[in-house]
Amino acid sequence: MNFFLTIVLDGLIQASWLFIVALGLTLVFGVLKILNIAHGSFYALGAYIAASAVTMVAARGFHPGIGFVAMLVAVALIASAVGLLLERCLLKMFYGRDEVVLLLVTYAVFLIFEDLTKLIWGVNPIYATQPYELFGNLEFAGLYYVGYDLVLIPISALIGFAVWFGLNRTVIGKIVLAVIHNEEMSVSMGVRVNRVYAVAFAFGVLLAALAGALTAPKISMQPGLSSDVIILSFAIVVIGGLGSIEGAAVGAILIGLARAASVHLMPEAELFMIYFIMAAVLVFRPEGLFKREMARRI
Amino acid sequence: MDHSWRAHWAVLAASVAATSLAPAGPASAQESFKLGIVTFLSGPAADSFGVPARNSAQFVIDQLNKGAAPSPYEKAGFGGIKIEPVIIDENGGATKQVQELRNLYQRDNVDVVLGYIGSGDCLAVAPIAEELKKMLVLMDCGTPRIFEEAKYNYVFRTAAHATMDNVGLIRYMKAKNVKMDTLSAINQDYAWGQDSRADFIAAAQQLYPNVKIQTDLLPKFGAGQYGTEISALVGAGSDVVYSSLWGGDLQAFVLQSAPRGLPKRSQLVFSAADHVLPPLGEKMPDGTIIGARGAYGLMSQKSPLNDWLFKGYEAANGVYPVQAAYRMTQSILGLKAAAEKAMSKNGGKKPSTDELVAAMTGLEWPSPGGLIQMKLADGHQAIQPIAISRTKYNPDLKRVDLVDIEYFAAECVNPPPGVKSIDWIKGGMQGAKCN
Repeated sequence: MNFFLTIVLDGLIQASWLFIVALGLTLVFGVLKILNIAHGSFYALGAYIAASAVTMVAARGFHPGIGFVAMLVAVALIASAVGLLLERCLLKMFYGRDEVVLLLVTYAVFLIFEDLTKLIWGVNPIYATQPYELFGNLEFAGLYYVGYDLVLIPISALIGFAVWFGLNRTVIGKIVLAVIHNEEMSVSMGVRVNRVYAVAFAFGVLLAALAGALTAPKISMQPGLSSDVIILSFAIVVIGGLGSIEGAAVGAILIGLARAASVHLMPEAELFMIYFIMAAVLVFRPEGLFKREMARRI
Repeated sequence: MDHSWRAHWAVLAASVAATSLAPAGPASAQESFKLGIVTFLSGPAADSFGVPARNSAQFVIDQLNKGAAPSPYEKAGFGGIKIEPVIIDENGGATKQVQELRNLYQRDNVDVVLGYIGSGDCLAVAPIAEELKKMLVLMDCGTPRIFEEAKYNYVFRTAAHATMDNVGLIRYMKAKNVKMDTLSAINQDYAWGQDSRADFIAAAQQLYPNVKIQTDLLPKFGAGQYGTEISALVGAGSDVVYSSLWGGDLQAFVLQSAPRGLPKRSQLVFSAADHVLPPLGEKMPDGTIIGARGAYGLMSQKSPLNDWLFKGYEAANGVYPVQAAYRMTQSILGLKAAAEKAMSKNGGKKPSTDELVAAMTGLEWPSPGGLIQMKLADGHQAIQPIAISRTKYNPDLKRVDLVDIEYFAAECVNPPPGVKSIDWIKGGMQGAKCN
């Protein structure tokens, strides 16, 4: 029983931050119809900004809790600004073109951000672990878990619920849904679609960066961080269905559990399991688990 | 016009004749020895290995060119010839490195290429140097396969391969009576991780015949997050957890495993961890058994050569030298010894590639990390001594000290000539000279 609980908990911890990244990716696809290759770069950007913020706060002798808040605030401000700038100054020039062109543009952004992070933060691994000790350790199923890892689970659930609520229960959300379902009709009804695009893209960037910030205290930041994340988050949204929040949640949990079960039971099949699940879903549900055949929604 | 054309050719012919008939003499002061140096300047291995190797190359070459190195390397440059380094980045994969190696030899006209940290890069470039009949000195990469699966005339490796690291660890654990009825391992899923794992487990099964392997993990390189792996390792509760992780991966593993109690439940054993001690500081658990791929850094033994490197490097870079810095240094010093040996036989001329190859084959030379002997692979592969120790954080100096250091002779931890490493280990490490 303990062994089973360990797998579930490890899977949920992994799924928690992956869900936040995938949520941003699926949101951007749902609204802008862009497969954003640069999404992993925004995750890395968030992690690096968080590390800088935590280090600066720690250097002034403040409590790690202040560092935790500072990193979230810094990431929210910078990532939103970066998202808005990219959408307004770059992506909007390519709207209406073939989807492949936008894919290549985001790939170019990915490459630029790879070098940009090296330019700003260097190639050396950096870490900022102070917030990792913030919530102590807890014993569960005979093992010690870091409280910070466990706190990530409700945080991601809260973020997921907030996004779902915002889209389905608020006026702004309903406007976004209207743009998703029928852009032309939305324009004719007076919706400023370009503004919706800008906000949605910036919010997607913010979610990726937030996931990076939340994982930053427990990892060592180094070049290459972004490419691993984008591959996993693509697998998640493909499993769940591009543009589906519920799909992203279920996809993240499936990937997290599959990975945890593999590491505990069959370590050599760890990577295989992730892509096996993705392939199996695509065979039986080519649109993903939660994607409807015709209507596109997030 | 006709007259001037003839005069021009006459002068040219006379010049060529004068050049070809000039008697052979010592190397001129204007002559230089162009040395291609390849090391990671970017990418995941840059901070841990590539940049320290580059820094030590710059320090050593500068010192050699000034004639400021201690005996027996006090002669300036290579036998009086100034060393001119051409440093390039190893990042980018094996295919890129093959092209870069050709560029160094054929476009930049370097005399020798020295470097390479990645095992995959070493395996890729060695046949190219052989094909071009140009000298290549591999300075760090760990895989034993280079000379165990091929034979080269123009290729040398001036540092011991990974077998030494793992045999040294097991001998240390046995000497210190470390209990190991059960063993778990976590290594990266590529050549270095898999070769290290195989060597360590094989050596463990020789000196701890009853050891039971429990959890055996091979996460991909650069995984970064090890929460699930740590659950599996803590859950297994093995006496020993072995790892050949390095760089950012090792730092992340230590940072994530320490709060979860892994170091308290199991003895941590890391084969190449010296380079993460300065950045991790007090985060590195006390009592961890570590290797440094040689008797390097805080485990190095006092000698004029070691003092010169340790103090000089520290003064120049603000941090003490670790394994890659030592390995680069011993490689350059080996090449200097070979060049001067060749020059002593050819009247002091700049040596040709074949003269250098002949001089380097089977060579021995002192280095800051001890005596380097080209004893394996028909004189093309080095063996060297190794040190293993335990970590202990020093709050006064705010650094991790290494205590309980044990030194093992080169012939105690390296296979003898003509035997594949894994066969030697599985055969009970016959012929090892440990006293």
